[in-house]
Amino acid sequence: MAEAAGLPAGRAVRLRIDSDGWIKRAFMAVIALYLIAALALPLYAMLSKSFVTYGFDLSRYEFQVSDDSGTVWGDPVSAATLNEQLGRFGPDDLRSSSDGRLAVTELFPDFSFRSPVKYRIRGTTDNAPYLVGLDLQNSTEWRELDSNTFRRVNLRPVTTTGLQNYVEYFSNPALFSSIENSLFIATISTVLTVLFAFGFAYALNRSCMPYKGTFRLIAMMPILVPSLLPGIALIYMFGNQGFLKGLLFGQTIYGPLGIVIGSVFFTFPHALIIISTALSISDQRQYEAAESLRASKWRTFWTVTIPGARYGLISAAFVTFTLVITDFGLPKVIGGQYNVLAIDIYKQVIGQQNFEMGAVVSVVLLIPAVIAFIVDRQVQKKQVSLLSARSVPYQPRPDRRFDLAMLAWCAVMGVFIAGIIGVCQFAALINYWPYDLTFSLRNYEFNRMDGGGWGAYWNSLELAALTAVIGTAIIFTGAYMVEKIDGFRTGRAAFQFLAMLPMAIPGMVLGLAYIFFFNDPANPLNPIYGTMTILVVSTVTHFYTVGHLTALTALKQIDAEFEPVASSLRQPFWRLFARVTVPVCLPAILDISIYMFVNAMTTVSAVVFLYSTHTALASVAVLNMDDAGDIAPAAAMGMMIFYTNATARVLHALASRRILSRTQAWRVR
Amino acid sequence: MTELTAEGPAPAAADPSYLKIEGLWKAFGDFVALRDVSLDIARGEFICFLGPSGCGKTTLLRAIAGLDPQSRGTIRQGGRDVSGLPASQRDYGIVFQSYALFPNLTVERNIAFGLENTRRPKAEIAARVAELLALVGLPDQAKKYPAQLSGGQQQRIALARAIAINPGLLLLDEPLSALDAKVRVHLRHEIKELQRKLGVTTIMVTHDQEEALSMADRIVVMNHGVIEQIGTPTEIYRHPATLFVADFIGETNRVATTYSAGAVTLGEAVLQTRAAGFADGAPVTLAVRPEDVLPHAVGHEAEPRPNHLNVRIGAMEFLGSYWRTHLTSPALGGTPLVANFSMNAVRRLGLGTGAEMTVELPAERVLVFPRGDEHG
Repeated sequence: MAEAAGLPAGRAVRLRIDSDGWIKRAFMAVIALYLIAALALPLYAMLSKSFVTYGFDLSRYEFQVSDDSGTVWGDPVSAATLNEQLGRFGPDDLRSSSDGRLAVTELFPDFSFRSPVKYRIRGTTDNAPYLVGLDLQNSTEWRELDSNTFRRVNLRPVTTTGLQNYVEYFSNPALFSSIENSLFIATISTVLTVLFAFGFAYALNRSCMPYKGTFRLIAMMPILVPSLLPGIALIYMFGNQGFLKGLLFGQTIYGPLGIVIGSVFFTFPHALIIISTALSISDQRQYEAAESLRASKWRTFWTVTIPGARYGLISAAFVTFTLVITDFGLPKVIGGQYNVLAIDIYKQVIGQQNFEMGAVVSVVLLIPAVIAFIVDRQVQKKQVSLLSARSVPYQPRPDRRFDLAMLAWCAVMGVFIAGIIGVCQFAALINYWPYDLTFSLRNYEFNRMDGGGWGAYWNSLELAALTAVIGTAIIFTGAYMVEKIDGFRTGRAAFQFLAMLPMAIPGMVLGLAYIFFFNDPANPLNPIYGTMTILVVSTVTHFYTVGHLTALTALKQIDAEFEPVASSLRQPFWRLFARVTVPVCLPAILDISIYMFVNAMTTVSAVVFLYSTHTALASVAVLNMDDAGDIAPAAAMGMMIFYTNATARVLHALASRRILSRTQAWRVR
Repeated sequence: MTELTAEGPAPAAADPSYLKIEGLWKAFGDFVALRDVSLDIARGEFICFLGPSGCGKTTLLRAIAGLDPQSRGTIRQGGRDVSGLPASQRDYGIVFQSYALFPNLTVERNIAFGLENTRRPKAEIAARVAELLALVGLPDQAKKYPAQLSGGQQQRIALARAIAINPGLLLLDEPLSALDAKVRVHLRHEIKELQRKLGVTTIMVTHDQEEALSMADRIVVMNHGVIEQIGTPTEIYRHPATLFVADFIGETNRVATTYSAGAVTLGEAVLQTRAAGFADGAPVTLAVRPEDVLPHAVGHEAEPRPNHLNVRIGAMEFLGSYWRTHLTSPALGGTPLVANFSMNAVRRLGLGTGAEMTVELPAERVLVFPRGDEHG
């Protein structure tokens, strides 16, 4: 630390670190290591991968060919020279992936594997790999081969580092158009969602309409299902055999239209929570002032309501935008031929096995997500300062016409949301749409379909439970270390940065980064690849930030003087942590765990790259069954996720109430 | 917790420097919060750190507590060098302005927090808790939660919790500031009584001079990171070492003048002082407390005696037991002299606005400070 100029010479006094201090540091180191291994290093691996290209470098190899006797040798000739003479391989042929092979016999038009002619091959540089059969050679020594063996010689690609992948990406119009598509979809969906959610939030906070509780419940339902579920419902309604197809007047649901409608559905509750919070903190006195100045309602709305909620609106817009642009499930199900960035990553990785290009698209997808993240953080800070103002909460007054209009609007949104879920439920229970409309539970017999069967469901449940328990423990302890440890400032700031980072990382990007990092045989953590562990790690990391912020908010409300008091009483910090901190923060801890559980059940994007045959997941099964044309079972599996999350929510609410009444008696005066 | 013994044996119990602070500096970045602070505190003393906000008093307390270590200097407690020890290895109890009671634990669990985990039998802990509750006058509140108590009650519980482990040193960080005036005065007295009963060495940080004057055995007046004066309340009040102390504690009239052979001149008036050590003609500031301006007689003296001043009475404010009176005189220039005249004096002399009178500024009550010492 820099010393002030005024101090006398001498060494700065440093407190001896007691056992408590060491335990705290050890805890923090463990969690920091977790974040480094589960976040920083994979992202770094992915970023560096995006700059790597594979290609065959012919100038690195030389050949010699003998005459028919196999004893008299011609002059050494470079493979590049041979190729120039023959014009055999163009630049496109020489591009490759990490496991490309180039048969050398192509450079010898006279080659016959029966001829007595012998061949020699050598590298001209240190790194000139080639295969003889399955043996990898990398040597500048001549190696002599008979023609039958020479037939089995293949060149291997070498890596170069540079911007070549990016150049290729941006010069490919098909890939480049995905950027436009993604931005288009995300913008339209954001505008619609924010508008709709604002109306809904306005009704909940500013009107006296009935059934507010019911509407609030319905509006939260989309959180409980995977983002691709509305896609399935839309196919049933407006797809090729949809019962409402006529309403589209010839438009197709497969494409931007479907993606936008589905996006509005699954982002609606996220936007609603933020806007509703912003509207609920408004100050009654401002409205009274406006009224006393005889401002019209319209004018009051634009000069008081909107400015008061502006941070909420901006924040909601960026959150929605990020959710849509990084979402993968919905465009996969209902996007048709309409490509977006997230789909491109999936196609490059799963379809073409072109991991490097997948990494490039990931980096491109990171840009809007990171920008949105930064703007959102700035706005959130301002929102907090608004909150701290002392204000009188707004009390809406009954107004029959206004309340009815608000009720109508909420009813429309409610029918839309409940309708989507209802259609899925209906589809899941119908025997064979649209030919056999009798009810059956056939679609729930997942073991008869591909996609993982009931095993996938149980895996998901296991993942969700593990994520909830382990994730909450890691996140809360980490937040405690950031907030309550004394000293060690640089380390805490770095930790805080790492904890905020996951929010800016789209799930697809995280998943791909995990492939690069954990699938590397040289990585000592490689054994967790393909296990439940990596799924838990990726899910905890993916949803780390929201939990971290929740924990921080709760911890900040605790008196900062508890730690000094405990240490003056010579009590170890963990005793204070267990006896006071955790019990006081229990409501927040429960909130974090249900958040982790629900998201682990519904997430697709990160895990779609990481599951293996014995760790298939319910949400991925929905995707795969839909892909295979088993749409009804996909809907049924989606509904299984819905039931599970709804049950978890109810249990959480009951448990919260019980625990609160038992352990939080001190809250009531 | 194991006690780490520092080098050197502990001296005898009744030492005058139970807590010995030497050459303490503290810097936050470029800001120096404590500047070469040295201080000896005897066992059983009640010390107040008094000063305006930002003077370094809380910083000094936190350094003693091991919460924010000093940048330079040593702290020895009971002969043990604690300068580099973490809070948990020092020997003190602490009470904060916010009480810092654990909200989810009952009053008795709060008090027992430092007693549990020490292999003490349960019955012994319960007995000690009951004893402490009785000591702070809340014997029947054991089962309540902190939120169910008033602010004053909470602060007493915090006090009981701090002394439960029999600390060698009790640190009070503005313990009364969050309470309303009546409770504060009451609790002031109680804390002082408790401290006397227990004989525990106590340091209290406060910005309230009344609190410091009424509770402390000795007051440490601080300003801008340095100690201005250490002394008993009467010493501090009667013989402030600096103009800052004179100004911060109680009220003073200040007049700029020059020193000459044991006296200062005020216009044509000459005021004898007890001050010494100034060169003739040195610029000085004269300070007189309002209650040290003695009303002498109505009417002007033709030839004022030494230390007497002819004044005219300006505005008078009735403040209950006395009249706060503004006196003007050509000798004083534009600034009026403020005097506190008792009700009786005003009645006896028949003082009223506009009247002329003579006041006396007794030589032993006229304080003289070098000019240029007006900071703070």
